[in-house]
Amino acid sequence: MSERENILTRVREALTVSTPKPGAKQPCKAASATRDFRSLLPAVGATYEEQLALFRANSADLKTDFYCVKDVEAVKAQLASWRDSEKWRRIASHAGSLTEAVSSSLGLPVCRTDAAYSTVELEASDIGLTECDALIAQTGSVLITNRSAGGRALSVLPPHHIVLARRNQLVSGLPEAFQLIKEKYGSNYPSMISFITGPSRTGDIERILVLGAHGPKKLTIFLLE
Amino acid sequence: MTFAAQFLKQARVMTADLRHRQIIRTALRNYEIVRDQRKAAFQSWESARQAAAETKWEAVNHLDKYLEQFVAKLEARGTKVHWASTGAQASEIILQIVREKKARSVIKSKAMTSEEVHLNDALEKAGLEVVESDLGEFIMQLRHETPYHIVFPSMHLTRGEIRELFQKELGDAPSDNPEDLTLVARRVLRKKYVQADLGITGANFAIAETGMVSITENEGNARLTAALPKTMITLLGIEKVLPRLEDLALFLPMLATVGAAQLISGYNTLYSGPRQPGETDGPEEWHVVLLDNRRTALLADAEQRDALHCIRCGSCLNVCPIYRNVGGHTYGTTYCGPIGAVITPHLRGLRDWKHLAYASTLCGACAEACPVKIDLHHRLLQTRRNSVQAKPRWWEKLAFKGFAVIANRRPLWRYLITQGGRLGQRFHPLVKGTRLDPAYAWTKTRELPPIAPQSFKEWWRNRS
Repeated sequence: MSERENILTRVREALTVSTPKPGAKQPCKAASATRDFRSLLPAVGATYEEQLALFRANSADLKTDFYCVKDVEAVKAQLASWRDSEKWRRIASHAGSLTEAVSSSLGLPVCRTDAAYSTVELEASDIGLTECDALIAQTGSVLITNRSAGGRALSVLPPHHIVLARRNQLVSGLPEAFQLIKEKYGSNYPSMISFITGPSRTGDIERILVLGAHGPKKLTIFLLE
Repeated sequence: MTFAAQFLKQARVMTADLRHRQIIRTALRNYEIVRDQRKAAFQSWESARQAAAETKWEAVNHLDKYLEQFVAKLEARGTKVHWASTGAQASEIILQIVREKKARSVIKSKAMTSEEVHLNDALEKAGLEVVESDLGEFIMQLRHETPYHIVFPSMHLTRGEIRELFQKELGDAPSDNPEDLTLVARRVLRKKYVQADLGITGANFAIAETGMVSITENEGNARLTAALPKTMITLLGIEKVLPRLEDLALFLPMLATVGAAQLISGYNTLYSGPRQPGETDGPEEWHVVLLDNRRTALLADAEQRDALHCIRCGSCLNVCPIYRNVGGHTYGTTYCGPIGAVITPHLRGLRDWKHLAYASTLCGACAEACPVKIDLHHRLLQTRRNSVQAKPRWWEKLAFKGFAVIANRRPLWRYLITQGGRLGQRFHPLVKGTRLDPAYAWTKTRELPPIAPQSFKEWWRNRS
């Protein structure tokens, strides 16, 4: 018999004895459970403005730099000024209508991760510029997949991750985000789906927050109106 | 020396170590405040706990069905799934993959299951370079120690100690500023990432519905481990399954809230396969190793089965008065604190590990803290009962028989605890704190409060 069969047999034997649902034996009534997680999780406002305000507040808390801008021209201008002040020498990005418009305007060599690329070259890039699937107001997270954001490494290897999002990509919470993933990809999921919340961080030394542990030290999000 | 004797010896040292107590208190102070704020931000934390407990109950009590669903979905996308009944089998499966791939260096992101099966020892014995990438785990690896805490592996160390460690082991420690020290580790580990042939991760959840593995982290090290090496291996316990993808909408924020007092962790990533056609990076091969290692023995104990609901958030450790005083290493187990005391007798044998059930005040703080409502202190009580049933001690049996005789006779009981107690206390100073003292276990380090000259009942009877 294979180990698979051995383990499953032991599981089935163990489960011949049943256990009551949690709280069933408690003398006082247990708090009621619901499958509508929205009503349990931290509250999110119903309107777009409230959700945007919450995303902004969460970003400030997380030390994410969050900008609402008018259009792609405003992003180009901002990035051009950082290119000069921070002396960027190389950027990394992927195919996408927003990313391409911005990356081509900077006049720097671009490491593209949607074809075969060199890890060393990506590591040496000053920024990773990506699009995303959604922004989540409840948690201040960016939802990306390796299909929407140029693979697995682009959003985590360069020291500065810059995300370009469209106005209609802001969703209220995690339940809505999982709904979106299911609707968008059906059963053909990208092999990596990631919720990125703030720059990379650690608290492993005396529980003191340090940004830039292994991933980006900086996370910048542009929301295009 | 038995494990029980070792525990007692180490606990005696640690409880007297005031510096250690201070470090733990400082490390957890901010966590406690923010955790409670985050809990309060939930519209109903109690209902969320109930929903989480019911979801885990459903998963664990239909484990065969959900495991098969999970595995079928994974295999359909080209992932190789392995089953390991024991820790040794899990190590052997991983070594086999290493040999096949002719791998020389391995980068690991945090996995408590790999501590459980002593994977690093096995890999190093086979001549591989193994590097832990989680900062806390990296520090513990340099110190040749096991993690002190499930979530905060190096919580018991000060920045000064970490600086000295880096200076000695890496020859690089510019200051004892946590930012500088983190940067040193980042630089060292970046090189290892680019060189590594193989990446090994753990997992937080396994989604049956979609065949995905969910990994929670803050540093981005698991993201890199799953992106750069050509081969990826994920080692996880069979109890990690959740039925549906949407369940994560509840579990991810709950885990972050009680685990590290965060709204949600920095990176929550779902993997459903190796590199797919049309994708440009990620591992060419992904192996998922499902580990039993006596989890089925715990499953068979219907009374304690809910201990398999555990999501390894570590919150029961943080509130436990025993853990906070004896520290993580005293337990001598992979999983320490209240949850470790509950599951270790199942995973490693009741005879050697039953003493952990007595390392508890039964105060119930752990059960209260648990996000999936594991009734931890009652589980400890049951373990005590089981261990006594397995091998009762004649003098304990006799003592309780005697106690029952007295406690069932009210006048006798009342006389003994008032008159008898006062009489005893008058002569107590003659033997107090010596081996002749019947209360020696208590009085060698503590004072017994004097019995009041008048009991409440006496006062009530005599009031005018």
